[in-house]
Amino acid sequence: MSKGHLLIRVIAAMLASALGIGLIAAIFALPRPMVGLAALVEAHLEESGVRHPVTAVLLNYRGYDTFLEIAVLLLAVLGIMAFRPVGPSSLHRARIDSGPVLAALIRLIIPLIVLAAGYLLWAGAHRPGGAFQAAAVLGGGGVLLRLTGAIPSFRSPNPWLRIGLLLGFGVFLVVAALPLSEGLRLLEYRAARAGVAILVVESALTLSIAAILVTLFIGAAPSRMRSAPSPAAARPEDNSAGQP
Amino acid sequence: MIGGGLIYAIAGAILFALGLYGLVVHAHLVRKLIAFNITGSGVFLVLVGLPQRMAGTPPDRVSEALVLTGIVVAVSATAFGLALVRRLYELTGKTRLPNDPRPEP
Amino acid sequence: MSGEWVDILLAAILVWIARRAETTADLFTAVVLFIAFGLLMTLAWVRLNAPDIALAETAIGTGLTGALLLDAVAHVTGKRRRRFERRRPS
Repeated sequence: MSKGHLLIRVIAAMLASALGIGLIAAIFALPRPMVGLAALVEAHLEESGVRHPVTAVLLNYRGYDTFLEIAVLLLAVLGIMAFRPVGPSSLHRARIDSGPVLAALIRLIIPLIVLAAGYLLWAGAHRPGGAFQAAAVLGGGGVLLRLTGAIPSFRSPNPWLRIGLLLGFGVFLVVAALPLSEGLRLLEYRAARAGVAILVVESALTLSIAAILVTLFIGAAPSRMRSAPSPAAARPEDNSAGQP
Repeated sequence: MIGGGLIYAIAGAILFALGLYGLVVHAHLVRKLIAFNITGSGVFLVLVGLPQRMAGTPPDRVSEALVLTGIVVAVSATAFGLALVRRLYELTGKTRLPNDPRPEP
Repeated sequence: MSGEWVDILLAAILVWIARRAETTADLFTAVVLFIAFGLLMTLAWVRLNAPDIALAETAIGTGLTGALLLDAVAHVTGKRRRRFERRRPS
């Protein structure tokens, strides 16, 4: 390893250890009596619409953060779908053949996954669970389907997928903006309607985030093209009927 | 009295430093992304471990919600980064940045 | 008192696996070690009384990120030989 590269490593190691040690020192230097938000969270839990504090924080107290988070997810998916792969098509296998064991397994597992996701979504109101966990499980099921070729890669997404991707953000936007029409601020649910609002938003979020996670996994792969054209000939053929 | 969270907070700080070192030092872009994820996990450990650093304090729900958001955003950033890496690989055949002076392995 | 030893052990293993994942020479091994790191993180979340995070971390942070990384590693290593012959003139 040449001297310049050794220098980079030494400087990086010193920088990283300085930051690590500084962080540890800050951890120990924090004052002893802690003022936390736990009391506030517990105090207003009744009027937040759910009984589980983490769900209440995610979808009511800090609902704005969750709203922006789904926007970030949507941006990532749009960015990934914007990569239109070019190049010889022999790179890609349109359907992945993974053998009979996985195919048999998913016949058993996918219904269980849907059931588990539905339970997690409903359970988020009063125990650990909620939209993200349910969407994660559903997304895992979608990835399994992708791995056995049940979901092929797409050149441009079909309308159902587009609706699914946008549903979470759209519903959240509508539910968040509804209080504005009554003179309240954004996301300021009335106490009586908070539970219903959170349930509606969580359901839409589950579907949408699951679709986004599966699209994140699929969208990075090159799509199916005809076999082995020359690079110059591939370019006009890429812009054929698949363009959205 | 020391609570359980302090140990994880310290581990999180060490992981943050480890990940940062890896992010700077590695030339391979996928390794950079792995290091970035390790850094993120370290930050999440600090966020959740810190409120429990003294025994007897209840877990902090706001930190947990922040970390949930952080995990999801980290996944989407990783996915986007990997798509960029794959595209770079398809265009140049390499998995390191074009002006990286380090020698190929 | 035994609870703290579990925490210390788990934290030490976490740091050790992260260090191994960074310094190992083979890329595929690094990804597999990262997935193992994620599964241990799930245990850490359970120890920190955060089951919501444990659920999300297992599925998204470890499962999906691991799948994405494996897919990317297969893409950038498996196709390398074929790609070098057919690289487009830039």
